Amino acid sequence: MTSLDTVAPPVDSDDSRVSITLRVNGTEHKLAIDPRTTLLDCLREVLHLTGTKKGCDHGQCGACTVHIGGRRMNSCLALAAAHDGDEIVTIEGLGAPGHLHPMQAAFLEHDAYQCGYCTSGQIMSAVALLHEPVGPGDDDVREFMSGNICRCGAYPNIVKAIQQVRHGKSGAA
Amino acid sequence: MQSFNLVRANDSASAISAGAQSDTAQQGARVRFLAGGTTLVDLMKLGVEHPERVIDITRLPLADIRKEANGDLFIGATARNNDVAHHPLVAGGYAALSQALLAGASAQLRNAATTAGNLLQRTRCMYFRDLASPCNKRKPGAGCAAIGGANRMLAILGTSESCIATNPSDMAVAMMAYDAVVHVQGISAQGISVQGTSGAWQIPLKDFYVLPQDRPDIENVLKPGDLVTHVALPPRPAGERAFYLKLRDRASYEFALVSAAVAVTLAQGKIASARLALGGVGTRPWRVPEAEQVLVGQAPSEAAFRSAAEICLRGAQPQSQNGFKVELAKRCIIHALKHVTN
Repeated sequence: MTSLDTVAPPVDSDDSRVSITLRVNGTEHKLAIDPRTTLLDCLREVLHLTGTKKGCDHGQCGACTVHIGGRRMNSCLALAAAHDGDEIVTIEGLGAPGHLHPMQAAFLEHDAYQCGYCTSGQIMSAVALLHEPVGPGDDDVREFMSGNICRCGAYPNIVKAIQQVRHGKSGAA
Repeated sequence: MQSFNLVRANDSASAISAGAQSDTAQQGARVRFLAGGTTLVDLMKLGVEHPERVIDITRLPLADIRKEANGDLFIGATARNNDVAHHPLVAGGYAALSQALLAGASAQLRNAATTAGNLLQRTRCMYFRDLASPCNKRKPGAGCAAIGGANRMLAILGTSESCIATNPSDMAVAMMAYDAVVHVQGISAQGISVQGTSGAWQIPLKDFYVLPQDRPDIENVLKPGDLVTHVALPPRPAGERAFYLKLRDRASYEFALVSAAVAVTLAQGKIASARLALGGVGTRPWRVPEAEQVLVGQAPSEAAFRSAAEICLRGAQPQSQNGFKVELAKRCIIHALKHVTN
């Protein structure tokens, strides 16, 4: 038996595309994509889930943060075809108008953004952080959120929003 | 990004035979293994790496972290950096490794990046990453734009006239201090063969990286097809105290200007054993056994620590913008040693 799977039987002989199944926000998508396609570009340009943002496209800014298998990662450095079958959650899968995730509601309440471009990545990181071994303090939150850059400088209110969700109040220890 | 053929390896043997089709395992390899992708995909976007074939090894069963029968800590090649850092066996028994990992990159990157990927991560020298600049590491013989260029972040130890690129890893610095051994499977037997396992051998981490000399494109001893399966760390002496101190321009999410991994045991008020490795200053993670030996038998003191630090930085060759690293590295060593001995 062969032990190398073409992650992607080519769709036809003149086509380098690969066939994959992406599971995004609970929905399966059967896709034929160029193997170069990053998960970020696949989400935005193929599935039209544009809540996930492209900032630096080099894993430095965090705007593209999504959850893969329950863990936050930079979707710009992930090849979509390498995540065939993995469970992916984007900002669109977190809440809905009228039924916001508590973190989304806290960001609203604390005005934890200005231009909003980094916000979906910030929220995806913040939601993942709730299940990570992070200490209780604001400094601990800042350290674990350092992979999400905000050029507007909304950091103080981002920390307040996250701490409210973690501790049920703002500005915890 | 240049086109490539993507395949998924279902077992190590097929990954190895596919990798062996490359003419090199070093810069510009035609076949690359893909794990977390945090270095490789980034460099492929920049055009610095341009493999024709990419072998996804993330589904291989290489992510285990466990204690071996002989007492070694086994850290699988595809174990994610965050999983290693937070594992009780690492956080409890190899504190400097846990600290080094958590001082590196961001939470998102640590969730993707793997043990072997971290060992093999490439320099952050901006000229290496910029196709418009001459770089001997990217293209042997092209020249080095960093020498005489923007070299504040670059190396002062192990450099050559061809290359002054810093090895950027934090993890590897701690592993160097902990006498890590890299376990490899492949077809080109080298190093010490692992008994009973055909095509498997081990390379002490201190022998894993090679100095740039006149071929900075060759960064380690791996040959085409070589697959890192895991890293083994020998057990630590009872009572050892360890610390990873990283000094950088920002408090988080930044590469080291200088860093130090230290591990020390004390007996009757004197240093009984010492391990010391530096990051941010060398073309490879930098360990100086002579500096460790100088500490053994001495009572902890600033003078003793300073003498060890002087030995570590012996032969340092600063560039136009990074002379500050010489004294900063010494103070980093002294501070870290104070921390584990007070």
